[in-house]
Amino acid sequence: MKRAGFDNIWLPVALLLPQLMIIAIFFYWPAAWALQSSFFLQDPFGFGSTFVGADNYTSLLGNNQYKRIAWFTIVFSVLVTFFSLAIALLLAVKADKVIRGAKTYRTLLMWVYAIAPPVAGFLGILFFDQSTGPMTKFFQSFGWDFKLGVDYNATATAMVIAAVWKQIPVNFIFFLSGLQSIPRSVREAAMIDNRSATGRFWQVTFPLLAPTAFFLLIINITYALFDTFGIIDALMKGEPGNNPMTLVYKVYLDGFRGNDLGGSSAQSVVLMVLVLVLTVFQFRLVERRIHYT
Amino acid sequence: MADTTLETPAVTQHPRRIRWETIGDHVVLILGSLLMMMPPLLALTTASHDAVTIHREGLQLALGDDLGKNFHAAMFEKGGFTQTVDGTLMLMNSFILGIGFAVGKIIISMMAAYAIVYFRLRFATLAFWVIFTTLLLPLEVRILPSYEAIQKLGLTNTYTGLIVPLIASATGTFFFRQFFMSVPEELAEAARIDGAGPWKFFVDILVPLSRTMIAAIFIIMFVFGWNQYLWPTLITTDESFFTLVRGIKQIVLSYTDSQIPEHGQALALAIVAMIPPVVIVVFFQNWFVKGLTESDK
Amino acid sequence: MAQVNLEGIIKVYPNGHQAVETTNFNIQDGEFVVLVGPSGCGKSTLLRMIAGLEDITEGTLKIGNRVVNDVDPADRDIAMVFQNYALYPHMTVRKNIGYGLKNRGMPAAEIDAKVQDAAKMLNLTEYLDRKPAQLSGGQRQRVAMGRAVVRDPALFLFDEPLSNLDAKLRNQMRIEIKALQRRLGTTAVYVTHDQVEAMTMADRIIVLSEGRIEQIGTPSEIYHNPASIFVASFMGAPPMNLIEAQADQGQVRINGYDGLMPAPKSVIGPVTLGIRPEDIELDSRGSVPFRVDILEELGAHRLLHGAVGGQPFTVMVGKDHSARIGETHITLKPDALRLFDVETGKVL
Repeated sequence: MKRAGFDNIWLPVALLLPQLMIIAIFFYWPAAWALQSSFFLQDPFGFGSTFVGADNYTSLLGNNQYKRIAWFTIVFSVLVTFFSLAIALLLAVKADKVIRGAKTYRTLLMWVYAIAPPVAGFLGILFFDQSTGPMTKFFQSFGWDFKLGVDYNATATAMVIAAVWKQIPVNFIFFLSGLQSIPRSVREAAMIDNRSATGRFWQVTFPLLAPTAFFLLIINITYALFDTFGIIDALMKGEPGNNPMTLVYKVYLDGFRGNDLGGSSAQSVVLMVLVLVLTVFQFRLVERRIHYT
Repeated sequence: MADTTLETPAVTQHPRRIRWETIGDHVVLILGSLLMMMPPLLALTTASHDAVTIHREGLQLALGDDLGKNFHAAMFEKGGFTQTVDGTLMLMNSFILGIGFAVGKIIISMMAAYAIVYFRLRFATLAFWVIFTTLLLPLEVRILPSYEAIQKLGLTNTYTGLIVPLIASATGTFFFRQFFMSVPEELAEAARIDGAGPWKFFVDILVPLSRTMIAAIFIIMFVFGWNQYLWPTLITTDESFFTLVRGIKQIVLSYTDSQIPEHGQALALAIVAMIPPVVIVVFFQNWFVKGLTESDK
Repeated sequence: MAQVNLEGIIKVYPNGHQAVETTNFNIQDGEFVVLVGPSGCGKSTLLRMIAGLEDITEGTLKIGNRVVNDVDPADRDIAMVFQNYALYPHMTVRKNIGYGLKNRGMPAAEIDAKVQDAAKMLNLTEYLDRKPAQLSGGQRQRVAMGRAVVRDPALFLFDEPLSNLDAKLRNQMRIEIKALQRRLGTTAVYVTHDQVEAMTMADRIIVLSEGRIEQIGTPSEIYHNPASIFVASFMGAPPMNLIEAQADQGQVRINGYDGLMPAPKSVIGPVTLGIRPEDIELDSRGSVPFRVDILEELGAHRLLHGAVGGQPFTVMVGKDHSARIGETHITLKPDALRLFDVETGKVL
């Protein structure tokens, strides 16, 4: 709050009301409802529900399929986060260095940001097409019988590649702006102190980028968990079958295709807790970030 | 000094070494650009071929003859993958979702951020937390209960049901709050001494001052709204409410059909779905980048 | 035009921090009063309470015999110039200056005439259609002044208005502000941490420290007769020399030396002896030995930094004085000696 705020009472209430109402109706009510229904078993025909306590949770945690999906989600998130961050960092460092064509490179490297995840997934289908896809042929040349939608590992690989591709621009934009905000004088001081460009990067530039990288780490995990839904949905072509999927996809699948309301709600709650943990972690990092900058 | 003779070759070598390094940088950047450019570009070239070619040979590098035909069919022919809508209607729905979401979000979040930052409210902290908790849980996490809520309110297959729940997250409010906090305190004080009340200050000073920020957030939100997939998939079952991105699902399903599907048409539609957000991001990239990187700090 | 009265003004922030302790003073009609002190001394808080930007916890504030404690800033008939100018960045100079008048419902033609007048007075006429970002620091400062002047207020409030300018411009604007205030005859309260500004601009200075008034007086009174060690060391550059000494019934002896000097008051016991650097003469037959360590050439005069009895000490001599580094003796002008209580820091 500003030190000399206005004293008016009704105006701020009126200003806040629309936002608070939307949040109450479309956020708090659903969230509370999810929490509640996670303790009930819904009749498949929607005629009623019975209280089952924590059964939905225990059956969830004892479910091998759910464990497998959770494991895939973790592996998927780690791979997507690592590769998209690493590639974006490399490109950002180079784009920050070149003088000629810097702006063109920036445009070419960031515009994919605007492409919707399911469209990216659709492009993935073309590239990983079983008979004609160039990526399929590429993997087959190594002797891997790559079959999208049939072979679990093949589908997972396609999902990771598409998800990484889609996420590179965001990371690139943040890394580049992080690099550009490093004061010129600091770089010049480093040039005088250290003649090795690699040494300068790891000893000076990278530590100064650390706050950006921490921030992006959380952004990327969140992305891998939630925003990849469209990519995954497209790449499995609407047929879950034996295909790899993330936890969010499972929520959708059980809730909307399987009509397992209680189980899906319990999964939602588990995810909520997961996000809360992530956020607490993020806040602690942000706090530390303040000391950096 | 003895060193001078030793230094001479180093001096002549110097520019050359830098040039090699620069070439290396450009090679990496060109490869990176190709990596990002190729998939959509191939989609475009492939969309210019007829369905049989695409089905048999997959992606095409060269331009074919059917580009106009495929786009025309995608935009104006009812049928194709859905029986009741054409691309034009989906395009319109996408614009309604993108613009409606962006404008609604900006108005609502600007007002809320103004109330939180500039008023001495006893419940300001409470309001802040009530609003900012929503940052913790993306729509995807609470998708099922949100859907139930919309259904109970009878808002499925309406633009309200499509747009308003997406606004129920505090991202915009957070952006504007950060921005308002960075506006010098003295501006509001000068305005008070100049006799401007809270409403006048908002309209005369703060909103014009936020123009760049509003533009940046509009771009980010428009792209976000345009690219929504899961929520429209659930909320719109009536095809006349389909957006382009929502229609992708139909395209994908058409790919699994056994007979030869209208690949060229499908690709054309996917390209149409990419164009508006890409154009906005490319043309207003300075605002967009500024909004994205500054507001998230 | 108005006088300003502060009666028992206290400011306590909601977090319990007391920024201003009970404060009383009166500002005469047309007077230029400077509030000076280090950061955190409460000077800005006082000014902001007068402006109405900060609530008054206790006490009565009158502007022109009207109690204004609960009057909105816009209705106090004041104008304020801020440290960062607080110009509206999206408005032209013309609109910036006229905004306050517009909000008062003044007809457009009248606003325009007044803005023109103010612009002429401040040499801003050719910049009226520019935006603040297109102006230099000095010009922005003038626009901020114009915004204050155009309102023809009863009271000008200045919150460190020159601290964002470079040294040369600061000297120039100092004179301009002072001249403008003289010409308009408007009462002015000016806050600064720069003692040079305070000395040069003020009719009266109020020195503040830790939320308390240390001294109120004309620049000359403040300089020559500081009420406390704090004022003595804060006002004047270089500051007053302050060294430990022993007083004994009309005589004073600097610690470590036997030489006695006549003391202005009959006090007994340890005191802090204060003397301005220019009130000291180098004198080989002087009673106090002085070791010169550093010689600072300032053109018009020279500063000799060194030590007296192990305590840092500075002497100012004329530009023609042939001072050298090394041991010498000094004589202190008796009527320029000030004695301060070691415990309270107050003048004796």
